[in-house]
Order: sequence, then structure tokens, then C-alpha cells
Amino acid sequence: MADQKKLAIIATKGTLDFAYPPLILATTAAALDYDVTIFWTFYGLQVVKKERNLKISPLGNPGMPMPVPMPVLVQILPGMEAMATVMMKQKMAGKGVASIDTLLEMAIESEVKMIACQMTVDLFDFKHSELIDGLEYAGAARFFEIAQDANITLFI
Amino acid sequence: MADSTLDAKGLNCPLPILRAKKALKGMTTGQVLAIEATDPGSAKDFESFCVQTGNELIKASENSGVYYYEIKKKG
Repeated sequence: MADQKKLAIIATKGTLDFAYPPLILATTAAALDYDVTIFWTFYGLQVVKKERNLKISPLGNPGMPMPVPMPVLVQILPGMEAMATVMMKQKMAGKGVASIDTLLEMAIESEVKMIACQMTVDLFDFKHSELIDGLEYAGAARFFEIAQDANITLFI
Repeated sequence: MADSTLDAKGLNCPLPILRAKKALKGMTTGQVLAIEATDPGSAKDFESFCVQTGNELIKASENSGVYYYEIKKKG
């Protein structure tokens, strides 16, 4: 389709909470008949690892609602990050929020194109085999080729 | 009368839309998909979905927290 709308997203974050915006927007745009590309770079690559272990930390995140007020010096204790992650996942499941696995599957199913930043792959010593299949490996120039005729471009 | 139904109750954004899109994919032009949802955001979202995809929102109502929609697949 020549007049197909296009969305280009740069996804830079690798925490459980920030894995959501690019995938929610990409899957929804695909459902709205957009041609969607996500460029995963820096910590964003954690989202497209085969063995994902995305976490959320209350530390340095005063916006995170906590069941009880928690001083920063308590937040640094071992196990707090794991606890916050478990709590967040339970909360999300309870509220009918899709898991990252589900959204990623749906993105792939709806033909969202995904590019992994080769420079970051090198930087973090990742192997292509550690990342999900179907990724294209490229750099900034490739992103601009896609973004230059995108209707919407987002940096997340 | 709906040709197909989708139970999206308990699902949160963007799942009702994604499931509806998938359901519509398997339907033919003019057929009607009936959707039940509990996400209050779905009211505006289904409106926007139809505006942008060209499908027709022929019914939208709410009854004690359950939202009901009928979408007619575009030609």
C-alpha cells in the first residue's frame, strides 16, 4: 500500500516498566494498519533477548507507587529489586495488563519490523544467537532511511 | 445480530484492540463483531480504532462496568 502510514520507534530502555511503551505503541499502531519499525538500542536490547530477565527498581524512581512508604536506604537492600519486580508482575497480571512476552509475540505476529543496533551488540558483547530471531542488524543510517518517510517517530 | 463475538473482559490496554483486530482479520466485509470489555479506556479507544481503520462502530454502550461494542468490518 503506497499510502500506508508508518511509525518508527527508537527503544532505549531495558527495564520491565520501560519495555512496555514501545511494545504497546508498536502493536497498537500495527492494529491501526501502520507499518511499524522498532530500533532497539542500548538497554532496549534487553527486551529482545531470548532469555529476558527484565526488572524494575524502586531505587531512583520516586514516582513508583509503593504499598508502604519506603526510605531510599531501605530500597538499596539486597532483594528489593527482585521484590519490586515480583510485585509489579503480580499487579500487572491482576489488572489484565499483557506480559512483555505476550506483547512481543503479538508485535512479531503483526509484522512489526525490528532492528537491533549492531554497535550496542558489540558494546555489550552480545551474540546474535542470544537475541530473538528475525532481527535486522544495522546502525543509525538505517534508522534514518526508515524514519525519513515515517509519519510518526518516537524516541523512548 | 453479530457474526462473531469477542470476550475482552478483564483485559487492559492495548489487548482489547489487538484482539479485536485479530478477530476482524478472520471475518469478511460487512460482518459484525460484538465485543465485551471492562477497560473504561476502551470506549474512546474503539472509537479511535474505527476512525483510523475505516471499520464502522455501529453500537457502543455500557452497563454496570461492562462495555459493549459492535463493529462492522469495512469493505
